[in-house]
Amino acid sequence: MTATALPYDQLKGPTTVRRLLATPTTGPLAALLLACVFFSLTTEQFLSGGNFSLIVQQVMVVGTLAIGQTLIILTAGIDLSCGAVMAFGSIVIAKTAAQGGLPPLAAITLGLVVCAGFGLVNGLLVRLIPLPPFIVTLGMLNVAFALTHIYSAEQTITNLPAPLTALGETFPLGNTDITYGSLVTIALFLIFAYALSGTSWGRHVYALGDSPEAARLNGIRTSRLTVGIYTLAGLVYGIAALLMLSRTGVGDPQAGQTDNLDSITAVVLGGTSLFGGRGAVLGTFIGVLIVGVFRNGLQLMGVASIYQTLITGVLVILAVTVDQISRRKAR
Amino acid sequence: MSPADVTPVLQARGLVKRYGHVTAIDGADFDLLPGEVLAVIGDNGAGKTSLIKALTGALTPDEGEIRLNGEPVRFTGPQSARQYGIETVYQDLAVAASMDIASNMFLGRELRRPGFLGGALRMLDKKRMRQEAAVHMADLKIGLRSLTQPVETLSGGQRQAVAVARSVAWAKSVVVMDEPTAALGVKESGQVLDLIRRVRDKGMPVVLISHNMPHVFEIADRIHVHRLGRREALIKPSDHSMAEVVAIMTGALKVNDDGGTVVADADAAQAAGVSAH
Repeated sequence: MTATALPYDQLKGPTTVRRLLATPTTGPLAALLLACVFFSLTTEQFLSGGNFSLIVQQVMVVGTLAIGQTLIILTAGIDLSCGAVMAFGSIVIAKTAAQGGLPPLAAITLGLVVCAGFGLVNGLLVRLIPLPPFIVTLGMLNVAFALTHIYSAEQTITNLPAPLTALGETFPLGNTDITYGSLVTIALFLIFAYALSGTSWGRHVYALGDSPEAARLNGIRTSRLTVGIYTLAGLVYGIAALLMLSRTGVGDPQAGQTDNLDSITAVVLGGTSLFGGRGAVLGTFIGVLIVGVFRNGLQLMGVASIYQTLITGVLVILAVTVDQISRRKAR
Repeated sequence: MSPADVTPVLQARGLVKRYGHVTAIDGADFDLLPGEVLAVIGDNGAGKTSLIKALTGALTPDEGEIRLNGEPVRFTGPQSARQYGIETVYQDLAVAASMDIASNMFLGRELRRPGFLGGALRMLDKKRMRQEAAVHMADLKIGLRSLTQPVETLSGGQRQAVAVARSVAWAKSVVVMDEPTAALGVKESGQVLDLIRRVRDKGMPVVLISHNMPHVFEIADRIHVHRLGRREALIKPSDHSMAEVVAIMTGALKVNDDGGTVVADADAAQAAGVSAH
């Protein structure tokens, strides 16, 4: 047998430009940098450590939710319940600690378990019945929303014990004050970035979203994996609940009502495909920062908040368009 | 060496599988010898899919025995058949399109770094996976520019090559290929047939399920003709014409104990233009 019988050498790899276009975080990163340059030039206050610290604080709750959301969207699912689950978790933590007499750490643990439990139920319904994630999480959104209002009796819970808001405290870095909560969010992004890109589990998550059949035929236990992903996402929402308490200082039953859509926005802006199997959690971090930078910069420019929402909407559609076009180019 | 002296790699005797009143496998036998390409052919509904499923662990037969290298085995699922060294190339290839070639080759069987990184941090050894993938691809003389290109950038034949290379890399005993050329054009089919030959030349026996008679005659060492849930005949392509094999498959001809054929259905045999010899 001589040389290569299959004429594969004819195959041309994608060019550098195409490869860059195909990397899902390239576009979002460029957009983020452009936005930063723009706001640095048009406003005086934008480019400062204090302002960046503020931006991270403003996005850390949605950012943390968006981590869980990314996991689920990577499996070609979607989670509409994340904000409501987080709100319920925060009320559970706040009420059991402030009024129920539970030690703060026990209350926090309970809140995390409750949120993970919602994720578990979502995952079981999605996988075992099976039902479309959109419907399951839409139902769970209503369940969690109602439970939040029933359990809190529509009352804002104040006088939280200090450990519940400890993550809102700051430490100085140079002449900038950083909250511990910001660090938790950044640490979570790094942990999940590693888990998704550096471990078998991450490979399996991508394979599950790309082709569930291929994943199954290659011996990946897809049911266990799916339920695990939803449960893990729920746990992350529990951490977001704690971060929210630390930021607002009260248990607010009205909190987080649009956070589900904001988290999806961040994931999509970060270049993760809604069809599953493509994307990265660091892209989501960039997506979260894009939203944060635009809101912050436009505010500094004196643009009314409703226009910020409008611009975010346009950005999302742009992001999905770029995603579609770049993927076609990469073929 | 005559077949009788050799222990078959994979052997089945009297397999039966019933679904209610339907008998999908009706006392089927199966023999795969070392280093051969065995084509499994049969009309639609003849039950060859059920047979293959039983041999790859995807279904558990009600009766009968499967032996691997002479030892009786029981497969509890596809995973267990894989542990015995039987790998299957599925018709839809079972590749994750957005993942690269090396990742696909190790999907579900990723390698981890040694020591703390692999143990506590469960870190993948991407470099070693790429290197080993390259070795396996080179082994079958599959030339690809880069193992880091996503599978979706490959042509149908190249994807098939990746799926075959993955199976060969993991198979210890047998590679089963389900219609590997069904979705391919003429040229790409030829490449895949070459690839199957190279797999056999490595000493790995191949079970090839195919509808394509010219491909079967081009590549198979022996042909297992499946009909009505059991093995109708086990023949050499050199002993029979394509028309005869089709006639055996449809029941117009039958094969004697001495290897000759007799007419079983005169009208059908006449229509097919074959006769006994």
